[in-house]
Amino acid sequence: MDAVKRYFRSPAAVIGLVLLLAVIAMALAAGFLYPRDPLALAGRPLVWPFTNPRFPLGTDNSGRDIAAQVFYGARISLLIGGVATAIAITIGTLLGAFAGYYGGWVDNILMRITEAFQTLPNFVLLLVLVAVFGSTLTTVTIAIGVVSWPAPARLTRAEFLSLRNREFVQAGRTLGMKDLQLILGEILPNALPPVIVYAGVVMAVAILLESALAFLRLSDPNVASWGNLIGLGRDVLRVQWYVSAIPGIAILVTVLAVSLVGQGLNDALNPRLKQR
Amino acid sequence: MRILTLAGRRLAASIPTLFLILIGVFLLLQFAPGDTVDAMMAQMGGGDAATARELRKFYGLDLSIPMQLANYLWRLVRLDLGFSSIYGKPVATVIMERLPPTILLMTASLSFAFFFGLVFGVIAARAVNKWPDTLISTLGLIFYATPSFWFGLMAIVVFSIYLQWLPAGGLEDIGQVQTGVWRMIDIARHLILPTLTLGLIFLAIYLRIMRASMLEVLNLDYVRTARAKGLDETRVVTGHVLRNALLPMVTLIGLQAGTMLGGSVVVESVFSLPGLGRLAYESVIQRDLNTLLGIVFVSALLVITVNFVVDLLYARLDPRISAEG
Repeated sequence: MDAVKRYFRSPAAVIGLVLLLAVIAMALAAGFLYPRDPLALAGRPLVWPFTNPRFPLGTDNSGRDIAAQVFYGARISLLIGGVATAIAITIGTLLGAFAGYYGGWVDNILMRITEAFQTLPNFVLLLVLVAVFGSTLTTVTIAIGVVSWPAPARLTRAEFLSLRNREFVQAGRTLGMKDLQLILGEILPNALPPVIVYAGVVMAVAILLESALAFLRLSDPNVASWGNLIGLGRDVLRVQWYVSAIPGIAILVTVLAVSLVGQGLNDALNPRLKQR
Repeated sequence: MRILTLAGRRLAASIPTLFLILIGVFLLLQFAPGDTVDAMMAQMGGGDAATARELRKFYGLDLSIPMQLANYLWRLVRLDLGFSSIYGKPVATVIMERLPPTILLMTASLSFAFFFGLVFGVIAARAVNKWPDTLISTLGLIFYATPSFWFGLMAIVVFSIYLQWLPAGGLEDIGQVQTGVWRMIDIARHLILPTLTLGLIFLAIYLRIMRASMLEVLNLDYVRTARAKGLDETRVVTGHVLRNALLPMVTLIGLQAGTMLGGSVVVESVFSLPGLGRLAYESVIQRDLNTLLGIVFVSALLVITVNFVVDLLYARLDPRISAEG
């Protein structure tokens, strides 16, 4: 409970939590506030924000409600960010756990692969994956997860290296536990907290990657995503710059919220580090 | 000399990594719908099956996948990246044409981010928990969360459309032919907004790391000694703290090289710069898989080179590194 108290003592962490809850509320309220398809025509194209009460945030180039797209976009961003992060953390912890636990040639091979992934710029790899597997919501999410696992893998490996010869592991070994039991049941729960905290960074990057991909029109065009809307707004940037500006602020707020919460958790769970 | 051997050993260790990447991406691209010949036929406006077979044979695409891979790697050893059917030129030529703007952009962004990250980091650390620190740290957080392409677009709206101070895109003014210094100035003017756009997120990262690293070094005993012998605060920072606090920053350059290259894909698209990143994007759109594979090779090579330079720099900053085996 100390950690919770510490978390709420930091104003930045509280602001982050409030912003994150607001984005989640937007995602939940989208279907309730805008029951119609956000990508359906709603009115005249390019209505400026705050001029027509029916469209508080205006309409885009083809007359779709920007506010509706921003609300539904929160769903897409959180969905892609969350699932991609889960994929990255799962792959990362598993590979990192095996590399750190077994060491030797297993470690060597796994770390070589990790290094290969880190040497290739992740956005370039993302482009290759999208070029090969196409750009539906599912493939894009998996692709983002697949390019994001190396950092969690290194983190898990480092934790495993320091934990694998502790007394509790040796005790487990003496009791005749199998490697897999030791890895998943004994060491992993102890190695996980820093990795979970790092998930905040992974998620922030995942949201940014998806929006960049969507902006380049390489993400799923059939969902209301913030990046898609910014890409569309680019065609009318000269005069109706608000079409791009509004969803960009939504991305900024979401990424800020996720990183503030991640940072807050980090400081709350590792109080000694915070003194620096 | 020791430094060179050490860095050289790390360079040699990255060769297997490079091959791993190439083999992986090559095999990955086999899953891609349609091959180069399909793309060429589409460009030509269609053709019969016999022509397609001829072409596949000519490009060695009728061989088995392991044979194609072996062929590809053997050609790579001779620095032959294959032929781009879209551009009608060897891939190596296409990439070499597109490399200079990207390197220029990356160097400029890195210098911008490194310099201002250092300055702001030092200012924040010296006023820790006072208002300059709060201001700088908050700005850093916001910059970190800003999507670069969006910042680029907004910069275009403000500086190119409303104020009309800077050009909105391109590498140089194609309306008039310029030479020498004027051409350089023109290119520099075109690169200001892209540099800021690409550098912003790295500025945020660098200033955060610099601040943390300064705070850590400022608490060490030798700094107390320096103060005790009567040096003023500026001399302590510039003469004693800075060099040690710089080490994590330099490490970060190597770690972030790939991210920066990835970021340039987006930034070059926003500002229509004819660079490597834009080429990567175009080859995805046009299904020019040969070029895409070439770009993968060159970008991995670029990241490895940056890390080699970082190793050298690192040893220069901290002599202990080259002294240890």
